[in-house]
Amino acid sequence: MSHPNKKRLRRSMMFLNCQKPGLIKDPYIYKPDSIMLDLEDAVAENQKDAARYSLFHALQEIDYHGVERVVRINGLDTPHWKEDIRVCVAGGADVIRIAKTETAKDVHTVEEHVLAAEREFGRPEGSTLLMAALESCRGVLNALEVCESSDRLIGIALSGGDYTKDLQTVITGTGVELMGARQQMIIAARAAGVQCWDTVFTNLDAMDVFEEEVRMIKMMGFDGKSLVNPRQIDIVHKIFTPSQKEIIFAEKVVKEIEEKKALGIGVFTVDGKMIDIAFYDGAKRTINLAKASGVYEGDL
Amino acid sequence: MEIKKAAMAGTLESSDAQVTVEPGNGSIELSIESSVIHQFGKQIRATILETLNRLEVGSAKVTVVDKGALDCTLKARVECAVYRSNDMTENLPWGGAIRS
Repeated sequence: MSHPNKKRLRRSMMFLNCQKPGLIKDPYIYKPDSIMLDLEDAVAENQKDAARYSLFHALQEIDYHGVERVVRINGLDTPHWKEDIRVCVAGGADVIRIAKTETAKDVHTVEEHVLAAEREFGRPEGSTLLMAALESCRGVLNALEVCESSDRLIGIALSGGDYTKDLQTVITGTGVELMGARQQMIIAARAAGVQCWDTVFTNLDAMDVFEEEVRMIKMMGFDGKSLVNPRQIDIVHKIFTPSQKEIIFAEKVVKEIEEKKALGIGVFTVDGKMIDIAFYDGAKRTINLAKASGVYEGDL
Repeated sequence: MEIKKAAMAGTLESSDAQVTVEPGNGSIELSIESSVIHQFGKQIRATILETLNRLEVGSAKVTVVDKGALDCTLKARVECAVYRSNDMTENLPWGGAIRS
């Protein structure tokens, strides 16, 4: 059976540097859906060991008030990832984010070590979920095989900085350089039934551009975005939470389709729009998202 | 565990603590400097001694410069310094000698 939290709400996933005790002690106050405690790029090479002790005690002792605790581990091309996995599992991390994933085999390698660690530390087998960051052209091209690689895998995330480096371009602010990857990844994720998250937006002086980008990735179908600053959380939540108008319309659609079906009517109008069974799943999804976001008060 | 050589962990940033361990003379010689020594001195001392005890360190000179670190940070910095003094970074006893 699939893990109960595999598909939970993950609109906002905020990075926090495990090297900085001041950052990891109380980030739940900003109410992101998930925090991503970073052992990878934010941690200096000679502090990789120190970050693990801080991580272990944070996972064991800090009450994050229901915020999901993801840990980004170092890549499989480093000497750090095996100990990273041991400390994540021993500490009870909810999800491990695999950096620089390129193939299903990468996920399988991590999965083997996670299982060994669950046995070593007496955690239930299968309790540690995985997500994969795609950071290269090969990784993006292999998105589908990565998405289908493991029952533990909750989804894939684009890592735009490394990806554009591999693509031999830069982050331009227009999104044109990320178009192909975003499209490929969301299609692969949906085909495999897993979630998909967009890359970080690092220019904190351009909140209007950030907001535009969030609107775009929402329209593309993404589940949420990796974030670098608490100021970004509310904007993402606002855009990813259905409006009252959308909720009311979705409710009408669901109710009408159910009623009309019983009467043997296939196509009809709601608020002047033609509706048939093809609209049912989308309307249900809006209701479910509203429920998960805590803004639904109806009876569906 | 033996303190084989001097080792340090942590920084002087706010909410952190810098812990230095050096080989001792048969007992624990602990010195603490903290901006909150009057409010939390006793607790800081107890946390550090408990952590050293769990790591079975009986002989060491330990210097702590605390910048308002939580208990969990103090533990993390002491453990890191002790394992660094033994050049150990892998196969650590998470949930064993390293625990809450």
